[in-house]
Amino acid sequence: MLTYTIRRLVLAIPTLLFISFIIFLIVKLSPSDPTAGLPLTIPPEVREQIRESLGVNQPVLVQYFRWLQLMMWNEPLHLLEGWTGWEIAPDGPRVISYQTRSPVMDLIMQRMPQTLWVVGVSYIVGILIALPIGIISAYRQYSWFDQIGTFISMLGFSVPTFFTGVLFIVIFAVNLGWFPSVYDTTHVVTDWDSFIVQIKQIIMPVMVLGLFNASQISRFMRASMLDNLNQDYVRTARAKGLTERVVVLVHVLRNSMIPVVTVIALNVPAVFGGAIITEQVFKVNGIGQLLIIAIQGGDIPVVQTVSFIFAVLIVLFNLLADVLYGVLDPRIRYD
Amino acid sequence: MTDHALASATPPPGPDMAMEEYRAPRNQWWDVWDQFKTHKGALFGLGFFIFALLFVYAGPLIWTIDAGYIDIRARNASPSWIHPMGTDQLGRDTMARMMAGGQTSIAVGLTAMLLSLVVGTLIGVVAGYFRRMDGPLMRLTDLFLALPLLPLLLVIIMLFRDQLRGAFGPEGGIFILIVFVIGITSWMQTARVVRGDVLALKEREFVLAAKSIGTPSRRMITRHILPNVMSPIMVSATLGIANAIITESALSFLGLGFPSDFPTWGRLLFDATDWLQSHPERVVWPGLAISLTVLSVNYIGDGLRDALDPRIRGR
Repeated sequence: MLTYTIRRLVLAIPTLLFISFIIFLIVKLSPSDPTAGLPLTIPPEVREQIRESLGVNQPVLVQYFRWLQLMMWNEPLHLLEGWTGWEIAPDGPRVISYQTRSPVMDLIMQRMPQTLWVVGVSYIVGILIALPIGIISAYRQYSWFDQIGTFISMLGFSVPTFFTGVLFIVIFAVNLGWFPSVYDTTHVVTDWDSFIVQIKQIIMPVMVLGLFNASQISRFMRASMLDNLNQDYVRTARAKGLTERVVVLVHVLRNSMIPVVTVIALNVPAVFGGAIITEQVFKVNGIGQLLIIAIQGGDIPVVQTVSFIFAVLIVLFNLLADVLYGVLDPRIRYD
Repeated sequence: MTDHALASATPPPGPDMAMEEYRAPRNQWWDVWDQFKTHKGALFGLGFFIFALLFVYAGPLIWTIDAGYIDIRARNASPSWIHPMGTDQLGRDTMARMMAGGQTSIAVGLTAMLLSLVVGTLIGVVAGYFRRMDGPLMRLTDLFLALPLLPLLLVIIMLFRDQLRGAFGPEGGIFILIVFVIGITSWMQTARVVRGDVLALKEREFVLAAKSIGTPSRRMITRHILPNVMSPIMVSATLGIANAIITESALSFLGLGFPSDFPTWGRLLFDATDWLQSHPERVVWPGLAISLTVLSVNYIGDGLRDALDPRIRGR
């Protein structure tokens, strides 16, 4: 198992290199000019100097390797320094945002907690809703509960989050006035009242994302339970005289969780991607909103870095899912 | 399948048997249709999808108000008999705009689906049939699966929008860009499913028989392989339409899709969010249209999957 994990980790490196090269190349091949946003009154020779200082005139491969060195070595070290306080970060250049002139990694660190908070809570809520629905749907296949569950989950992944989000705002914020329509990230929880405010403002984004996630996971849970319910070992367990509760919730559930856990791991990057839209709907100033602002402002370093972080997330969670699969299911060992 | 069973059950026809007794062998697509009909959701989905197609393509023939006609005195009207879905802040009729927007949204969905299907099938068949290509093509598929799609879509559209707009006009350029970008980033699932099926088909006897009489690879694929992988392709086609419509709407919703004067359902929804407090119904029309279309397409896919599976069919 360990050799497999190490092999996969090594294999992930060329994948990441390839993706970083694609991200870099798309931005480089585009006709946009990083000095286009500067005032027109800047004389051409000064403009040329600015371009020189940004390193735009060098060969593409040189630029790529310089960027790669920054992305893969300098920035992670700065990140580590920020977390631990060790003085290990090199003094060299950093990836600087065109818009704010501050290091991109600092911007991302400011935005990350909001995204993690909203996305994380909604994913957990989604899983908590999905698992019981999937289990009951499978156990009582074709019952009215199953029919309704199937319909709602079909609805859940057919209705896009930007519509459910807006619809929730219309119903719960505009008409009923229960919850605020904007997520205030400066809000600090100090006592019970502010905690209630925090709960109120997080309910809508979490429900929107949570319902979307729950609809996917509950389908997998149901299918996986159905696969296992007809197996021989279930009949054996029943024949031994185990209670129905033990048979379903211990024997069947544990075996059905194997594919579901990997699906949960595989979906994490997609949830981050989907959060881009939800953050836009509820005005959460998270990492997705940073990306949108950067795209609108032509802030290429931020766009590259955020896309690269998403790519790293995908590769990491794919790896995690594969390893988890092997750990959970002894029949699948990759050695 | 049932026809064979019937034919073998009846006694061998005598010389005096009338021609009416002989039933022409039935096309397998009739069996598929029979099974499809039993799936209520799928039938309903098909009905709604046809209705949506009629609404957006035949609707403008009946509802002849131009989608861009500005009647400033009738602005911000609520739904009434003159404007069944109301008007927007410039007095443009919302129903006409819904039709025009639907044309674009559905056209994007269909063409992007076709593109991703062609790419996915091509790569899947080549990877499954030619062993030498299998490794490289499947690594390529894995790499594409590891790309962060939504950020990448946004970046590509931001960077290449102006160039294509100059080359193909404001609407054509964006249309080509969005279709291309969605198609090129959604073929991976199709390719994997098709490859798996082709690998299994290659071991079957009829392929061996065809090979033994010297069928060249090209005809092998077109005559023997492709017709047998049609069912997974059709199922992923329906999923592809749903995916493309949602992606296009999401891009428009983030402000990086079609321009504002060129409506799509996503764009209409995005524009309507500014009027959420005073005119919430404006959000509901495009949102409902997107959701119901995607829901109906998903149900069609569900029904097709059951209907095309010979193990379920006929039960």
